[in-house]
Amino acid sequence: MPQWLDDFLWAYGSFVYGLGVNAILGLSMYAVLALGQLSLGQAAFMGIGAYASAVLTLKFGAPFPLVLTAAMVAPAIAAMIISVPTLRLTGVYLAMATIGFGEVMRILYVNTDYIGGALGLSGIPEKAGGSIIFGLLAVILAGFLSATRSKIGRAFEAIREDEDAARAIGINVGAYKLSALVVSAALAGLAGALNAHFSSFIGPNEYGFDTAVTILSYAILGGVTTPLGPVLGAVVLSALPEVLRPLHDFRLVFNGLVIVLVVIFLPRGILGLHTRRVG
Amino acid sequence: MSAPLLEVAAVTCRFAGLTAVDAVSFAVEPGRIHGLIGPNGAGKTTLFNVISGLLDAGDGSLRFRERDITTLPPHARVALGLGRSFQNLRVFADMSVLENVLAGRHNRLKVPWPASVLRLPSARSEEKAAVARARELLAVVKLGDKADALAASLAYGDQRRLEIVRALATDPMLLLLDEPAAGMNPTETAMLAELLRSVRGGGVTILLVEHDMNFVMGLCDRITVLNFGRKIAEGTPKEVRADGNVIEAYLGAGDVARFLEGARR
Repeated sequence: MPQWLDDFLWAYGSFVYGLGVNAILGLSMYAVLALGQLSLGQAAFMGIGAYASAVLTLKFGAPFPLVLTAAMVAPAIAAMIISVPTLRLTGVYLAMATIGFGEVMRILYVNTDYIGGALGLSGIPEKAGGSIIFGLLAVILAGFLSATRSKIGRAFEAIREDEDAARAIGINVGAYKLSALVVSAALAGLAGALNAHFSSFIGPNEYGFDTAVTILSYAILGGVTTPLGPVLGAVVLSALPEVLRPLHDFRLVFNGLVIVLVVIFLPRGILGLHTRRVG
Repeated sequence: MSAPLLEVAAVTCRFAGLTAVDAVSFAVEPGRIHGLIGPNGAGKTTLFNVISGLLDAGDGSLRFRERDITTLPPHARVALGLGRSFQNLRVFADMSVLENVLAGRHNRLKVPWPASVLRLPSARSEEKAAVARARELLAVVKLGDKADALAASLAYGDQRRLEIVRALATDPMLLLLDEPAAGMNPTETAMLAELLRSVRGGGVTILLVEHDMNFVMGLCDRITVLNFGRKIAEGTPKEVRADGNVIEAYLGAGDVARFLEGARR
């Protein structure tokens, strides 16, 4: 590693890693929004992944690849369970149900002493470096871009535009919604585990409603016409507070302003590209 | 005599107190163009939704290709060969014309999803074949040169034909068309009739709902008439035109002008 990069990462490491993790969270949001499901459970799934990974590392000394796998499997199973009552919900009803799920998880963490209760878990070894985070991000993004250009991307877009028409041309809408939620949960869990293993601390209040909305805003800003949208949205929204340091306390106001302007003037996101869905 | 392709047996569909379809039975013979007509609110579209599986039949049963499909989900019915179009345009506006047709091909693409994501040779060759088939279908309805245009940018009549082609891409044995000629001008309607005849010539049976009586009477081999959710008549176009119940239903519903215009021909 060249000296300047080393210096840069020493000073900005957690900021740069945060960009990568947030980009994965953006893709997690994309997985459900791309077929029109407004799930706000991403923060909760992230929390499940973070806690599962921290427990495996701290209490069982499990190897990191196993930890990351478990951090994806655990929220994926949670997603399958909550999909039973919520799969038929759409729009704000699904959003409300998934927000409720997040609250349930938060209260569970706060009241479970084994995982540190309200104090959370600290001293998690910093195992997630730049190559792991950005390597995984690259693989996931490549997978999404490829899927978009196949029958999977067409099925997602068909369901997003018109569920009944999608059904009538033979798309198994229920199976796609379930798969999307499971993939989305697994990615959020992975992001949670990565985050836990570079910030070294996790707490029950990190995976609440405001985190859910932040993750949603990545996708809104970038748009969901291509998987690149939420990645760009995540990078921009995560970098803005750093770039805007001179604004001090007004930095987050600027974040909000950007989202409002995008929703009004660029409803397809700042990256409102049209994606080809032919392989 | 061969068995009917589709058998609708005493199908009933209720919405909170309103019986939209009331114990309707009829059969669609293979190779026919079968019309389903009736005044507004007769339950034609509801019946279509029940046949395609978007609505549950509260009562009664459906048999397709001699199999009970009453409880099958819509995608399984498409897999068996039941395709449909919608009354109001339901093309995927944000997709290209070609992508719309490929979406209709979804059920016939069998490669498992990991192969699609990893772009394995099996997925590539399947996709290539699907694109070739989609272009072929588009050429049939003279949309070949618009394959890469956004569906939303097409003229109304073109969107109508796109929706039919999308349904054809599912390789149906029975094609359900809900008012395919709605809003078309006479030239477009004539083109459509020609298209549907050639589709039937290709071995696809058609069941269609239509208000344009000239179109229905000229095209269909057999017609079933609904009124207030009940079947009131069935027969050849000639028999149906002469049926007292049918004339009364249209007179009563104020559609007399439209009906007589068709009957006069």
